Parts: sequence; structure tokens; C-alpha cells
Amino acid sequence: MAIITKLALGAGLAALLSTAAHADLTGKVIGFSQIGSESGWRAAETSVTKSEAEKRGIDLKFADAQQKQENQIKAIRGFIAQGVDAILVAPVVSTGWDEVLGEAKEANIPVVLLDRGVDASADLYLTGVASDQVKEGAVAGKWLIDTVAGKDCSVVELEGTVGSSPAINRKKGFDDAVGATANIKVIRSQTGDFTRAKGKEVMEGFLKAEGGGKGICAVYAHNDDMAVGAIQAIKDAGLKPGSDILVVSIDGVPDIFSAMVAGEANATVELTPNMAGPAFDALDAYLNGGTAPEKAIITESKLFTQADDPQGEYDRRKGLGY
Amino acid sequence: MTRPTAQIHPAPQPPALRHRSVTAALLRPQFLALLVLLAINWLLFPGFFTTTWQDGRLFGSLIDVLNRGTPVAILAIGMTAVIATKGVDLSVGAVMAIAGATAAVMVTGGHSAVLAVAAALATGLLCGLWNGLLVTTLSIQPIIATLVLMVAGRGLAQLITEGSIVTFTDPVLIFIGTGAVAGLPTPVVVLIALTILTTLAVRRTALGLLIEAVGINRSAARFAGIKASALLLVVYAFAGLCAALAGLIVAGDIRGADANNAGLWLELDAILAVVVGGTSLLGGRFSIPMSVVGAMIIQAMNTGILISGFSPQFNLVVKSAVIILILVLQSPFAANLLQRRHLKAPPKAQEGDRA
Repeated sequence: MAIITKLALGAGLAALLSTAAHADLTGKVIGFSQIGSESGWRAAETSVTKSEAEKRGIDLKFADAQQKQENQIKAIRGFIAQGVDAILVAPVVSTGWDEVLGEAKEANIPVVLLDRGVDASADLYLTGVASDQVKEGAVAGKWLIDTVAGKDCSVVELEGTVGSSPAINRKKGFDDAVGATANIKVIRSQTGDFTRAKGKEVMEGFLKAEGGGKGICAVYAHNDDMAVGAIQAIKDAGLKPGSDILVVSIDGVPDIFSAMVAGEANATVELTPNMAGPAFDALDAYLNGGTAPEKAIITESKLFTQADDPQGEYDRRKGLGY
Repeated sequence: MTRPTAQIHPAPQPPALRHRSVTAALLRPQFLALLVLLAINWLLFPGFFTTTWQDGRLFGSLIDVLNRGTPVAILAIGMTAVIATKGVDLSVGAVMAIAGATAAVMVTGGHSAVLAVAAALATGLLCGLWNGLLVTTLSIQPIIATLVLMVAGRGLAQLITEGSIVTFTDPVLIFIGTGAVAGLPTPVVVLIALTILTTLAVRRTALGLLIEAVGINRSAARFAGIKASALLLVVYAFAGLCAALAGLIVAGDIRGADANNAGLWLELDAILAVVVGGTSLLGGRFSIPMSVVGAMIIQAMNTGILISGFSPQFNLVVKSAVIILILVLQSPFAANLLQRRHLKAPPKAQEGDRA
């Protein structure tokens, strides 16, 4: 064990010493411990990370944790033993990371967290790349405020899984934004568990409860999948999604762009699957220039509407594994 | 219905007795619970029973309850047969995902819808046979044997879809999930047909009696000349087939196969539906139609929560409170209490009400 640690240390040091020769990350070995394939977005994040690494000439070691923290810890220990130059982790849970992150720190291997944070001392990792979920909700809210332009609007909300952080934060961002206006009101809010099927079922209920949907001006879904389900429910009720009822959601998955092409969805706020790009940039600056990045790198929450070439956006995302 | 032996050997029954047993069936706590839940829904939302004709189909909350309750009801039909043999099938949710994924990948790959549906159903049948083999040949306890496929099956489904939601536009698959036959949603028509066919198959032949015999005492049934292993294989295969059918409906409903979420935890809802319907987890006597009623009770509750406007944090609390209440109503304790009040029934009848 001690020998392995020494070897790892040696390899880490050697890697550090050799950095002066490169101006970029070409030839660097970076380990990536991914959660697993819990969703289409996660699959897209994996494929974007791989292509970003390829673009920069990085030798990416990929480890799929299949939704288990112990697998991630094992993978990180494996990376340390192999003496990689840096480690990317998309942590499956937020607690229980102190020990293994401490080992990486001891081995002088910088760790970058992707997408989710951890409850550990901030000096144990280099930085974390994540989106601002409250802002995502706020961007969606602002789009609605601008679109209805002062007219009265009753909104129904499809929430994510009860208690999950994206559900809490995306609700908060939207509520704060539209709460400041007098004309927009959230009249109904229920969880659709982030799934298409539940999104459709909940929307069916909302439509019945609001006089066949006549009282509803817009639906705000915490993710695109639920919005896609809601669109089908609106169509089944004999209304036109996108015009009779506005549809705004978050994530930017391909299917919402094809719904936009058909005029059935109005806007989505992208949760970019490219968390690795900013992470590699930060590692580049740190390993080659010695500049430590800020502790939290926030990705852009970009708004896409029907005017933003949805067909092109669909084509660009189609092959990513969503 | 309550006494399968009476159906198989139709002994001459005095008409009065027969009549009484029908009213007794309608006075079961399950029907009472369903009526009470529907009444509560109506109180929460006065338009609950309003059903209109729209785009060539019936449209309303009551239709929603039937339509949304169908996948669990179909699972419950297969689950009832399995549970009656003193088994359980935890894999049905995963099999739904596998079947949906198979059909979706096939139609997007250019195969015909008929072939895709056949392949999906065959996959379900195979999954069921696998479970049956583990239970019979290897004598693994059903809860463990089917746990294997519950865990591995979702992974299989994710492999088939490569982790993404496979969206399709095939009109036949979409019709299975969202179409209408004679004004009723296709899934509901499928459910009604399956309920009638299965009930006839188990009650108009000796099949039901054999299943019950195996469930009560597998060794004794074998000594009596019943091929218990073959019967168990058939029962698990049937549960797999039902799961595949439910998987097709769920996929057609959202026009896509969502391997991560299709059928997730529905095996538990199906087991609950069977138990609420009055079939004992210890095997033996069972009722297919009552399990379907059980599934509808669960869905009436879900729909009620949706239209009530409660904050979603209360969903699970309300659900569990209602379920506890229903189970208490069905318990021998409540049955005794009711009987003591109304009539002095002979102990035999008392036994019969404990379903």
C-alpha cells in the first residue's frame, strides 16, 4: 500500500514537473468518475466530456459508478494509484467524500467536481463546475414576464421530484421572478417527478381542474421531459400547446427542440451538458499557469426560443446520447 | 366468485343464496372504498364526474382514473396469479421498461409496428419464463428470484435504449397508448378484455383451482397429481406477458421509451393493488377482477391528490393514510365488528369474508 502511494506521489510529482513543457493539456491523463446513466442529460454529459477531452488531446480514463458512491470512491482511489494528472468527479451524493478527497490532495492531484457539490472542506478540491439552478428558474420566469407583457396570466407548474435540489431551486427562481409582478400567478403546482409520464398525468389533472384548460395561460415545467408530457396532454384536451397554452421548461434536451420546431413549445433554459469544458480550462490554467480558479464555476443558463433555430439546435444535440 | 369450487362443480344452488352472494360481493369493503374515494374526489372537484364527448372519445376525470390506472391494473392481473401461487414478481416494472424499449428501438430502426409489438410481448414472455425457471428448477424463493430481474432488467432496458429516451412517431404504437376504441381509451379496452379473458380462463376451467392448490400447499398439490412446476412456469410467463403489455401502453402513451423511469416502482403498486383487492400474500384464493378494482382504488386516490390542489409534499402522507384506512376496513377485525352489529352469521360465512 505504502509503495503504491509513493509510486502515485512520484508519478504525480513527475506529472507536475513535466507541465512546464506543455502549454496545454495535450497528453495529460485525467480520470473521470461519472455517476452512471441515470438520465439522458447524464449520457450527454458523458459524451460531451469525452469529445472535449479528445479535442484537447487528453487521455481520459472513464469510470461509470452505476449510481453507487462506493464505486466512485474505488474509482478515485484507482485514479490516484495510476497517478493521473487530475480527476473529474460528478458526485452521486454530497456527503462522505472527506477521506478520499484527502487522499487525492495528499497525492497532489487536483479534483474538479462536476454538476453537483459536496459537503466537504473546500480546500480538498480545486473547484466545482455547476449550473445555477435558481437562475435557471429565474430566466424561465423572466421569459414569461416579457412574453405576456403585462397581461394577466395563470400559470400551472410541474415540479421536479419533491425535495430534490433542482426542484426546490428552480421553483424558487421562478417564484421570485414572477412573484414581483401582479399579472402572473401560479395557480396550481404539483410534482411530475421529472418524468414524461407523470408530467402528462399531472397536466391532464390540471386541465380538468381548470375548466378544460381555459383558465390556464402557461405551463412551467422544471424539466423538458415533463413539458413534453404536458404538451401531449394539452393536445389530447383539444388545445394548442405553444399558442393556447404557453410552454416553458428547463434543460434543453433534443425533444423539446423538435417540439419547438412544431410550434408546440415556446422556450427552454439550457442546462449545458458541457461541464467538462470549463473544468478542463480551469485545470489548464492551474496545471500550466499555477493559477487556482475560483471555488465555484457557474455555467451559463442560456434561453432558447422558437426564434433561435430550434431545428439546428436539435440536430446538434441529437447525437449526444440524450 | 368467492368459492371457486362452486364454479367448477356447479352444484345446484338455491336461487336465493346465489342472489345474496352477489349483493355480498358488491358490499365488499373494496367497492365501498372506491365509492368513498370517488365521492371525496367529487367533493374536492365538483366537475369530477362530468364526462364529455370530444374528438371521438370520452373525456373527463373519471376516464382519466380508468386510463391512468390501467398499467397497474394489467400488472396486477399477472401479479394476482403469481401471488395466488404463494409467489411474488418484483420484476414486472423492469420488464415494462424492457418491453417498451424493445418496441421503441425496433420501430425507430425501421421494423414494422406489428413485429415490434410481437417482439416486445415475446421479450416479456421470455423474462417471465426466466423468473419461472429460477423459481421452479433452481427452487429460488420468488422474492429473490424476481429481484434479480428487477435490478438487472432496468439495466438491460438502458442498454437497449443506450440510456436515452427513444421517441417514436409510429401510429400503431401511439394508438396502443393513446388511441380510442368506441370512445374509450385503447388501454382501458385492453384492460377490460384481459380481465374478462383471464377471469374466464381461471374460473371456467380448472386452472384457477390448480393455481390455488399450488399456492396453498405445493407438495400436497404435486401429490394430488398437479404438475406444479409447469403451472408455476405458466403463471410467471403470464405475469411477464402482462408486464410487457403494460410497458407497451406506457411507452405508447408518452410516445417514447423511458428506460430509466418506465414502470419504476410499479411492481409495488401492483402488489398493493392485489392486496387491496383481497388476495392473500400467503397464496390460495384469489380474485382477478378485485385486483383490478384495487388498482383503480389506488388510481382514484392518485387522481384525487392531483386535482385537490394540495401541496405535493403531502402526496405520500395522504396516500399512506388512505391505504391504512382501506386495509383496516378489510381486516378480520373490522369484518367481525360489522357482523356483530348486523347479523349473527354462522362462523363459516365469517371465514368466507376474510379475503
